[in-house]
Amino acid sequence: MSISPQEKAEFQAEVSAWFTENRPADPGYLLPQSFMEVGTDQQFDFLRTWQRKVYDAGYLGMAWPKEYGGGGKDQAFQDIATAEMVAQKVPFMTNTIGLSWAGPLILNMGPDAQKEAYIKRILSAEDIWCQGFSEPDHGSDLGNAQLRAVRDGDEFVLNGSKIWTSLGSYADFMILLARSNTETNTKYEGLSYFLIPMKIPGIDPVPIKKLTGEFGFTQTFFDNVRVPDSCLIGEEGKGWQVAMKTLTFERAVSGGQAGGVHSMQVSTDEVVEMARHAMRDGHPAIEDAIVRDQLVAFMMEERGLDLNNQRDKIPGLASEWPGSIAMARKLTNSEWRRRLNQFAMTLQGANASRYVGDDGAIDGGRWQRGYFNAFSGTIGGGTSQVQKNIVGERVLGLPKSE
Amino acid sequence: MPEQNARIEQADILFTDEQGQLMEIAQSFSANKSPIASVRQQMTADGSIERDLWAEIAALGWLGVAIPEEYGGSGLGLGEVVSIVEPMGRNLFSSPLIATTLAAQVILAVGDDDQKSQWLPQLAGGSIAALALSEAHGDWDLSNLTCTATVDGDSLRLGGGKTFVTDAGLADLFVLSVAMDGAPALLLVEASDLPDGALRREVVIDETRRSYGLNLDGLSVPRANLLTGGDASACLKSLHLATCLLYAAEMCGGTAGVINVTLEYLTTRRQFDHFIGAYQALKHPMVDALTGLDAARSHLYHAATIFEFGTDRSGQGGHGSRDEVAVRMAKAQAADAFAFASDRAIQFHGAFGFTYECDAQLFRRRALWCEQQHGDSQHHRKHLAGLLL
Repeated sequence: MSISPQEKAEFQAEVSAWFTENRPADPGYLLPQSFMEVGTDQQFDFLRTWQRKVYDAGYLGMAWPKEYGGGGKDQAFQDIATAEMVAQKVPFMTNTIGLSWAGPLILNMGPDAQKEAYIKRILSAEDIWCQGFSEPDHGSDLGNAQLRAVRDGDEFVLNGSKIWTSLGSYADFMILLARSNTETNTKYEGLSYFLIPMKIPGIDPVPIKKLTGEFGFTQTFFDNVRVPDSCLIGEEGKGWQVAMKTLTFERAVSGGQAGGVHSMQVSTDEVVEMARHAMRDGHPAIEDAIVRDQLVAFMMEERGLDLNNQRDKIPGLASEWPGSIAMARKLTNSEWRRRLNQFAMTLQGANASRYVGDDGAIDGGRWQRGYFNAFSGTIGGGTSQVQKNIVGERVLGLPKSE
Repeated sequence: MPEQNARIEQADILFTDEQGQLMEIAQSFSANKSPIASVRQQMTADGSIERDLWAEIAALGWLGVAIPEEYGGSGLGLGEVVSIVEPMGRNLFSSPLIATTLAAQVILAVGDDDQKSQWLPQLAGGSIAALALSEAHGDWDLSNLTCTATVDGDSLRLGGGKTFVTDAGLADLFVLSVAMDGAPALLLVEASDLPDGALRREVVIDETRRSYGLNLDGLSVPRANLLTGGDASACLKSLHLATCLLYAAEMCGGTAGVINVTLEYLTTRRQFDHFIGAYQALKHPMVDALTGLDAARSHLYHAATIFEFGTDRSGQGGHGSRDEVAVRMAKAQAADAFAFASDRAIQFHGAFGFTYECDAQLFRRRALWCEQQHGDSQHHRKHLAGLLL
């Protein structure tokens, strides 16, 4: 089913007008750059209210089933709305884990009861979701999860801790990977996957201060936490498969996400603007031959990443190494973003040394903070180095690294 | 139908059924007709391709892809030629296809009716054309011309020299750029008009190419050979960009080819009890090569979608420099991707990579030629800066 060009154009105009009209005013403090940087109640309340407003207007979850609170429309509508959010640089949808990972997962494999309980509240930001995958001793090695889930009748008792829980202080629910059986042949077999409430006895999210000086993550401790076995998604002991499914949503290898913008977008256009004002040897930096060369290289790279997404949808042009664009997307985008932020700092001359909180910091110091925070992209969800192993092995067919 | 969806969205990348079919045929044809053993054998021959094989290419209709039907072609465009050249590049297939295709575009753009009806059916049917554009100074700016043409009654007296005229030894027709009264001009020269000794073989880095110098001193051709149907300067610019587009296609193919050559080695060669592809020091750069290729192919098919060979590049209808940006990005990205993949191919073959026998060097040499002709990456980025900043 596809929609006509006229329908598209009409919707485009409608959504463009709505966001122009309703975009929130600058709150007067630096907003976080993604759901991983929400560090104050003020920021959280602002973003949650904004997501609710976008959902109420009908521009989120447009292609999700109507009976669970979605729009029941063609995905093309959501794509247009999302693109408009990106273009207008409106604040991001803070419930990223719910909208992009947990929601599609529940819709894909959850029982009706879970869909009815969670989907609408994910869209409306009534329920904020977080993710319990990484553990203090096992970051990228997800299969080694050690948080224990011991069955006791029709309940599980959870003990251990998870780390790098984005929105851990605010979340209402968590997708959790835990070890329910320690006597298995491989580490992957003893895992189970749960959807658990966060605000119950025994769960203690302890904020972690990041390299930027902000908060946003927690280490989340579980002390004899009791949850009913109806919290399982997928079969007991089959949690690894559910986790892998989740990662396909997280890395956008699979579609089905609710849509919406999910981080403060950066673009080379902004850096070009900066180069017009920055000075080099008494002249605007944009006149410097080396700066120009670097700017163009970033623009080419940005354009290439954008065009990749379009080419990936054309089977005749994406069949040689299937999945190469999708599987490498997190790697290529996050590395580009880190380098762009770094380059933006270099344009500021000596003022590059100013940081968030200094009156003279260019753009409030957001490039400095952006550079540091960009590491969340190159490390979180599997480091770039792990991504390269994955692409090398699954796409290029190279032997597994020891 | 993905193509139709793409059309509705007026997407940046369109890929037609024709392109898909041409690409499929070109893939199997190139793999069958140009295995690496044939490539090596052909390197010592006088021409880059045997006449019989060229006749097969003509019979497939590939030489008329971008020539209108009224002149014996199939009336498609350079976008379709891209999907033939890419698989050829993958197999290091060498032929005058690019030069012959582009010569036809020049005649279409600035030839008169007689020239079109004389030459286009011949070029669609298997005549070979060579492009004589570069000069000894090595400047990538094709309007920097020291060769001259002077009107002498019904004749043109030519002077100076051209370089990097590939497959000149096979060519029936040359498209030549000269300065005439201080302005660029384009003309046709038939091979039969060249005196003995006008062509001199050049030793070039890519041994799959057959490159020649062309001495014009003392040569006289009919004045009617001038191509006067349009702006020669603008045509040269289009020709430059069109060459970059097709070179980008050849380089994308070559990058895929050399990645496969390297992967084959990394998955069969064992050292220290492991297939060497298991080592991350080799695996990770292979992923870099792949992501470089992916970006290059995306730029390439975007450029193939919007490029127009025309003599009016002044920006009618908002098209402006958009296709120039796309083509320059495609060439720069493809050159960087091919350079990296082929450079690492030599290194990752270890000591074998240092030998003439290892195929990695064939790809590296091809990559160097393609980058060095018609502007390297930095040169294109410099022009992009002018267009974008």
